[in-house]
Amino acid sequence: MSPLVFVLALSGISVAAGFLGSLVGLGGGIVVVPALTLLFGIDIRYAIGASIVSVIGTSSGAAAAYVRQGLTNLRVAMFLQLATTAGAVTGAFLAGLLHGRWLYLIFGLVLAPSALGMLRQMAVPAGPVPPDRWADQLQLHGSYFDEALGRPVSYRVANTTLGLVLMWLAGVFSGLLGLGSGTLKVSAMDMAMRMPIKISTATSNLMIGVTAAASAGVYFLRGDIDPIIAAPVALGVVAGSFAGSRVLGRTDSRVLRGIFLSVLLVVSAQMIWKAFR
Amino acid sequence: MSLPDLVPPGERPGSGSERVEVLNSNLLRVGVLTSMALILVGLVLMFVHHPSYLRSAEALQRLTSPGAAFPQTFPDVVAGLREWHGQSVVVLGLLVLIVTPILRVALSIVLFALERDHAFVVITTAVLTILIASFFLGKVG
Repeated sequence: MSPLVFVLALSGISVAAGFLGSLVGLGGGIVVVPALTLLFGIDIRYAIGASIVSVIGTSSGAAAAYVRQGLTNLRVAMFLQLATTAGAVTGAFLAGLLHGRWLYLIFGLVLAPSALGMLRQMAVPAGPVPPDRWADQLQLHGSYFDEALGRPVSYRVANTTLGLVLMWLAGVFSGLLGLGSGTLKVSAMDMAMRMPIKISTATSNLMIGVTAAASAGVYFLRGDIDPIIAAPVALGVVAGSFAGSRVLGRTDSRVLRGIFLSVLLVVSAQMIWKAFR
Repeated sequence: MSLPDLVPPGERPGSGSERVEVLNSNLLRVGVLTSMALILVGLVLMFVHHPSYLRSAEALQRLTSPGAAFPQTFPDVVAGLREWHGQSVVVLGLLVLIVTPILRVALSIVLFALERDHAFVVITTAVLTILIASFFLGKVG
């Protein structure tokens, strides 16, 4: 394979990664890393470096549109980022204490109940949203215009304390494993904090870019970001997430939850497989 | 208590005012478009400078194997840019992409201050501080 063919093929795969990632609030690493290592035989270090770039590209490519459409809850994002960044620092200190195998297993086991909870919620609709003092005081509640429903939707944010704890956990995993952990972020907002799936997706999308950006500098200086690999990934995911951001608003929330659930199961299995490999 | 169904723009509490949203969105857009343009130009330059990249499988091996030669420090990038090295232009584009989300957090501090939203000025400043600190700690996700 020549560099030209490599660049074209990788761009194409990255478009798909960015499109999927922007629809479910993830960074596209779940597509990019296996494609690079299994399909192209790229060293895992460079694959993770490219995955970090993919997370930032997917995030920024879609975020401009999501923020403008009012789908991103900027206040919730910033509030929760306190926990994800603090978690990432914790993760940095924990690194080396736990074997990678255990980390993947824990991550997989944390995700599996989220998937089950989501499945259950599809059958039994959730009750009323409980009141939350912090959400009131910090004015976290919001509203958006749902294009699929053709009407504005108001929503209230609940369980901010549990949300912070889960986000801290997501930050720890990000710091330890070098991934965006968008799955955990979307689950926390959707299930614990009771935010609509579109808002959870768009808000997670914004957040993963910030945490990944903080670590990307380190990956760059460590020499893990190879331009010939990262360039097509960046171009592809930005194009894909740009397209995805045009689709999210118009998509039925039930369809989105279905896609997210499938991705959740795949990632969860990926993590557990990595643990036992 | 529930919010009324129709909330006028600018009074959407959860998402911030429309002005804040537009500024956030524009910063992201400019950052992404600049970085994409640089990455694209850099890639084209790589192929122009090295016509063998169009066909040689051996070139791909060299470019993607562990220990491949590419700019890994800021001085490397600056030196490469002086000679229009494609790789350095690509890396500059990637760095613009990386810096954009962090700049957005910094901009948010100013915006919350202008809105006299003191709680969020504190929250956002704390986030930026942790981000910068974590960068120096060496590893963060």
